[in-house]
Amino acid sequence: MTSTAPSTTLKQIRIHGRGGQGAVTSAELLAIAAFKDNKYSQSFPFFGVARRGAPVLAFTRIDDHFIRLRQQVKDPDYVLVLDATLTGVVDVTEGIKKGGMLIINSSKTPEELGLKGDFTVKTEDITKIALDIIGKPFVNTPMLGAFSKATGEITIESIEAAIKENMPKKIADTNILAAREVYNNLR
Amino acid sequence: MTKTVMEGSLAAAKAAALCEPDMVVAYPITPQTHIVENLGKIIASGKFKAKHIEVDSEFSALSACIGGSAAGSRVFTATASQGLALMNEVLFAASGMRLPIVMVVANRALSAPINIWNDWQDSISARDSGWIQLYCETVQEVVDTIIQSYKIAEDKNILLPVMVCMDGFFLTHVVEPLDMPEDISKYLKKYKPEHAFLDPEKPQTQGPFAFPKPYAELRKDLSDTIDASAGTIKKCHDDYAKLFNRTYGNGLIEEYKTKDKKTIIITMGSLSGNVKEVIDKRDDTGLLRIKSFRPFPKKDILTALKGKETVIILEKNISLGTSCGALFDEIRSIHCNVKDTPKILDYIVGIGGMDCRTDDIETIINESTTKKDGHIEWLMEK
Repeated sequence: MTSTAPSTTLKQIRIHGRGGQGAVTSAELLAIAAFKDNKYSQSFPFFGVARRGAPVLAFTRIDDHFIRLRQQVKDPDYVLVLDATLTGVVDVTEGIKKGGMLIINSSKTPEELGLKGDFTVKTEDITKIALDIIGKPFVNTPMLGAFSKATGEITIESIEAAIKENMPKKIADTNILAAREVYNNLR
Repeated sequence: MTKTVMEGSLAAAKAAALCEPDMVVAYPITPQTHIVENLGKIIASGKFKAKHIEVDSEFSALSACIGGSAAGSRVFTATASQGLALMNEVLFAASGMRLPIVMVVANRALSAPINIWNDWQDSISARDSGWIQLYCETVQEVVDTIIQSYKIAEDKNILLPVMVCMDGFFLTHVVEPLDMPEDISKYLKKYKPEHAFLDPEKPQTQGPFAFPKPYAELRKDLSDTIDASAGTIKKCHDDYAKLFNRTYGNGLIEEYKTKDKKTIIITMGSLSGNVKEVIDKRDDTGLLRIKSFRPFPKKDILTALKGKETVIILEKNISLGTSCGALFDEIRSIHCNVKDTPKILDYIVGIGGMDCRTDDIETIINESTTKKDGHIEWLMEK
């Protein structure tokens, strides 16, 4: 079978979350933030059953030209996991490109999680930061701070602007603070 | 660089709002999309004056559109899958009464089993209802097509309802960049109905009873008119292009790198993006994207396929009992009495939201040399 090599400038992101955690919003905000960085972008969800707690997939693509691809991201450059318990339910590492990156919301280290492959694994206790700053375990926007810091694909300023424009002011303010805190914390 | 980035459903709502319908009708529950919900917000913000009516079912939604349109209003609604199926009876009334309603169909699979994802079974199953059906590849095309659709529908020589078909999830839930027109007043004027309106000084009957002969005559007229709408669709597309500088083939079909290619893929909607990605990486295949499924642009398609050796159809529907998809039947039937008919292969893909990936398309093209004319196959996830 001939494989179709994707565009060399194309970056693909897969986000794993649970229904209600805002994985779809994460993907959308990433697309909006990328656009603010003068890139072309695309995001779309793949819902499971429409109830809270069910595994949800959402995707974002970033490129320097209009993105025509209309298929799920099976070979991501980056994977973001909003809920570490998902690692026992689905294979969050599936298809990650060699040299790619996996970022998980967890208080454990990558070694403790036992996730290995030809890619970097980063963990950050985003739930704790969200509880401290937002007062609720909203991890979807703070995770974007981790993405910005770890990958450098999108500026934190554009992520902050995307949050600001797409959320009511009060909520946006704390979400931006939390995203910035994760950005500063992540190593 | 384009100007903005937004969700497909929001973009569809904004495009509909630009057309300033007098009435937006909604049954806002699954399988609805965010389209009418967003329109409700836009109307509530006072951006334009319209009646936003919530009804008790999709059957009622289209019935209310018929009432509004027959009274002389410009109306809009959106639906999907089961919702469109529930409208079925009223679809025929809307076209038979020659009401220029514009409705966005978020293409989604039909039950059973219950499935929320994309395929075309909903609108393809409504193909004989007398509605114009235009299938879009991108959110930008959805926006432009909604605006063009009012112009097509309200053309004095046409007066037919239009379905703007956008793939569920792939287009309704995608966030992508686009240009949102700011002012369309040069293109689309206020609707001034001459055939259906409510005026106590000029009472009229809408949707009357007809004996067999006048009934048959009116049905024939309906058939002739939807055929003739092909020319209007082209003209409305071209006029739009002059103002906004965006084209989609000739408005009916789009040929992509078909020149000197022996193999042509035929498909509709957002899947065309994947096909274009594949075509750009090889030199033997082109794409014929059918935008207008109703009217079916027979002449344009025949001309585009002239001299081609292999035609591969990728379609997200199945006409149960014929073992093939609707496009295959239609492409084969227009080749009746045509010399040197190409080999035509049919692939049923993307059913119930399954991916039809670029790798799959590569394989289908590579294997096409070994397939016989009339080959039908379902693409299944491995």
